[in-house]
Amino acid sequence: MSGPSDFQPSNPALKWIERRLPIFGLIHSSFVAYPTPRNLNYWWTFGAILSMMLALQILTGVILAMHYTPHADLAFKSVELIVRDVNYGWLLRNMHACGASMFFFAVYIHMFRGLYYGSYKEPREVLWILGVIIYLLMMATGFMGYVLPWGQMSFWGATVITNLFSAVPYFGESIVTLLWGGYSVGNPTLNRFFSLHYLLPFVIAGVVVLHIWALHVAGQNNPAGVEAKTEKDTVPFTPYATIKDAFGVSCFLIFFAWFIFYMPNYLGDADNYIPANPGVTPAHIVPEWYYLPFYAILRSIPNKLAGVVAMFSAIIILCFLPWLDSARTRSSKYRPLAKQFFWIFVVVCILLGYLGSQPPEGIYVIAGRILTVCYFAYFLIVLPLLARIETPRPVPNSIADDVLAKSKGRAATAASVMLAMVVAGSLLVGGTQNAKAEEGGSAPPAQSWSFSGPFGKYDRGSLQRGLKVYKEVCSACHGLSYVAFRNLADAGGPGYSEAQAAAFASEYKIKDGPNDQGEMFERPGRPADYFPSPFPNEQAARVANGGAAPPDLSLITKARSYKRGFPQFVIDFFSQYQEQGPDYVDAILQGFEDKVPAGVTIPEGSYYNKYFPGHAIKMPKPLSDGQVTFDDGSPATVKQYAHDVTTFLMWAAEPHMEERKRIGMQVFFFLVIFAILMYFTKRKVWADAH
Amino acid sequence: MNPDAATIAAGAPIQVDLAPIAEGQDIKVFWRGKPIYISHRTKKQIQEAQSVALSSLPDPQPDSARVKAGHDQWLVVIGICTHLGCIPIAHEGNYDGFFCPCHGSQYDSSGRIRQGPAPANLAVPPYAFLTDTKIQIG
Repeated sequence: MSGPSDFQPSNPALKWIERRLPIFGLIHSSFVAYPTPRNLNYWWTFGAILSMMLALQILTGVILAMHYTPHADLAFKSVELIVRDVNYGWLLRNMHACGASMFFFAVYIHMFRGLYYGSYKEPREVLWILGVIIYLLMMATGFMGYVLPWGQMSFWGATVITNLFSAVPYFGESIVTLLWGGYSVGNPTLNRFFSLHYLLPFVIAGVVVLHIWALHVAGQNNPAGVEAKTEKDTVPFTPYATIKDAFGVSCFLIFFAWFIFYMPNYLGDADNYIPANPGVTPAHIVPEWYYLPFYAILRSIPNKLAGVVAMFSAIIILCFLPWLDSARTRSSKYRPLAKQFFWIFVVVCILLGYLGSQPPEGIYVIAGRILTVCYFAYFLIVLPLLARIETPRPVPNSIADDVLAKSKGRAATAASVMLAMVVAGSLLVGGTQNAKAEEGGSAPPAQSWSFSGPFGKYDRGSLQRGLKVYKEVCSACHGLSYVAFRNLADAGGPGYSEAQAAAFASEYKIKDGPNDQGEMFERPGRPADYFPSPFPNEQAARVANGGAAPPDLSLITKARSYKRGFPQFVIDFFSQYQEQGPDYVDAILQGFEDKVPAGVTIPEGSYYNKYFPGHAIKMPKPLSDGQVTFDDGSPATVKQYAHDVTTFLMWAAEPHMEERKRIGMQVFFFLVIFAILMYFTKRKVWADAH
Repeated sequence: MNPDAATIAAGAPIQVDLAPIAEGQDIKVFWRGKPIYISHRTKKQIQEAQSVALSSLPDPQPDSARVKAGHDQWLVVIGICTHLGCIPIAHEGNYDGFFCPCHGSQYDSSGRIRQGPAPANLAVPPYAFLTDTKIQIG
């Protein structure tokens, strides 16, 4: 891409092709001989990381699409079945869902890097604008992908975001109808979002090609911000940049794997494990963390149209950056004032993200307005002004001079910045969890679970006892519709044999049919059948239980959560704590109290529960001492029942957890060794370049 | 990409029998995938809705423009918050009307916005009284 190549393959067959289509020359000149500045630091490896993430998202996405059903009634279940039944489906899904977050994490670092080192300046304006277009496409793709699992947050996120377009004067309503394909978010919406979610990544890939093309015409920027002039300033892309990128990518993969294998739901929202319900709105609708700063800007403006305009301007303004910042010095390294304002801007963005996750009331609204002003002031006032008043420090004559003058303290700063980024990122994420926690219930006490931590395994005895409690008590009102009898014999489950599972199944009556006479009939259960639900539909369940339908328990331990608070959620990231759901379920089961405390009124037909949000629960106290007898001599107490049934329900929600953690350990072992090898290879390759 | 024929057909008018709704109660029906609240308002609620000073409202509209003449006790509104489309909860908030749990908008007993970020009153769907106890929505 940087001029005609003089590369000639030696193999006659390749020569034959090369004369007709000079593709090998193109590859050679773009990815082998292409000169890269020799002073690039590790922030420059994020381009390669992003290319890998795009490829990985497309690959996992295409396979997921083979198993996914884009229909409002089936989508939620099909995603659950991918996780439960498809070979390594849990891995594909975790990779794809966490991958979206990692993609945005990497793109934000990539963008801040461009901002810091002035990579948008002449002659790289088009390169930068193409990047902004990719970012916009990514946002659209990410949003539509989040709708596909069709959980509560998917549905209500889609409702809120599509309603943004209704703020457009005159055409607003028709645009929204076009997006919905109906009168509200529904099946047609899901179908078109699926189609577009499949299409857009390939559009992104196309724009990425243009992005790289523009990059290879202008050449890479570098930390010194001076153009490469002589041969001494550059090194060939292969092996120098290739090996450095490979090391960067393998480090990033370690970070990625932490989420995939150990904290797959850390970045997600518990509400999205509840199937979409157009009649119930979640208490807090929070977008995914990567949209939060813009969501905060949207909400800080009291007028609807102005809010939407401000939100989109916050992104579009990036396109004008090359002309807003007219300073001649590129790199902020040599701009003492710009450097400080850059870091202030980073903090503003992170704080906006935090505010986006908080309920829009009181101090948060005021802080949001101040930070919105700061955000725009950085682009519209600070940068244009700095270009006029700032006296930059002298830049090095050439890249080679910069390399020679480089101090040894660089690695330390890079490491500290990386750490700051991780902390900031987890702050954002934790903020999300903050916002979605409901107020009104006390925080459940953290329990010790056999399945927590990186080596956690389900306690077989506990699973078997929990199954007994479910069967004898819970199943009177609660379904377990995603669990099949055959699962009881699965590896990593309660540890029954296939014969035992079949015997267990045959105790149930399953409705089947129609038979030859056209009638439905009942037959004994088979291992392939699913646990039958106690009520034929939600309405029946509602009527039979005083107006509150007992939820299906298949996913209950993942669909419930509670507020962890600061700084606990930052610690959770490192300690891999993610047992909010089990803690909550266990606490609810033990939280019933006959005596209602003073100052709390419980409506007729409800019961007081210490841990239930609002304290008034429709479910009567389900467990009492001695209700279920265990064969293995475990104590017949409510505490024991609650612990066992919660363990069982955690397994029901996450049947492949043991496999996930086991494979995770192997992957970690491999990646760490690979990264170390890459590091030493890189040192060896670069030894003669410094 | 506009709605297809089946979707449009499914959005045809529906008839609702009001007789079973007691005073002070309300029901939620779905029309075109949207929840519609039909409230049988109490005397107190009607009184409150009619007596409020129009100049104090963010989106001024008299109560008489939001109900059908002679059917003051029936309020029919689309239960979609005009802010960002959540579903407000009936009989909550400080105005004897609706409260939206998403961003805290509060509507009064006439479905008018009184407090919070929503820009407009709850929309009134097209409907007509077929008899005194039966309406057709759409």
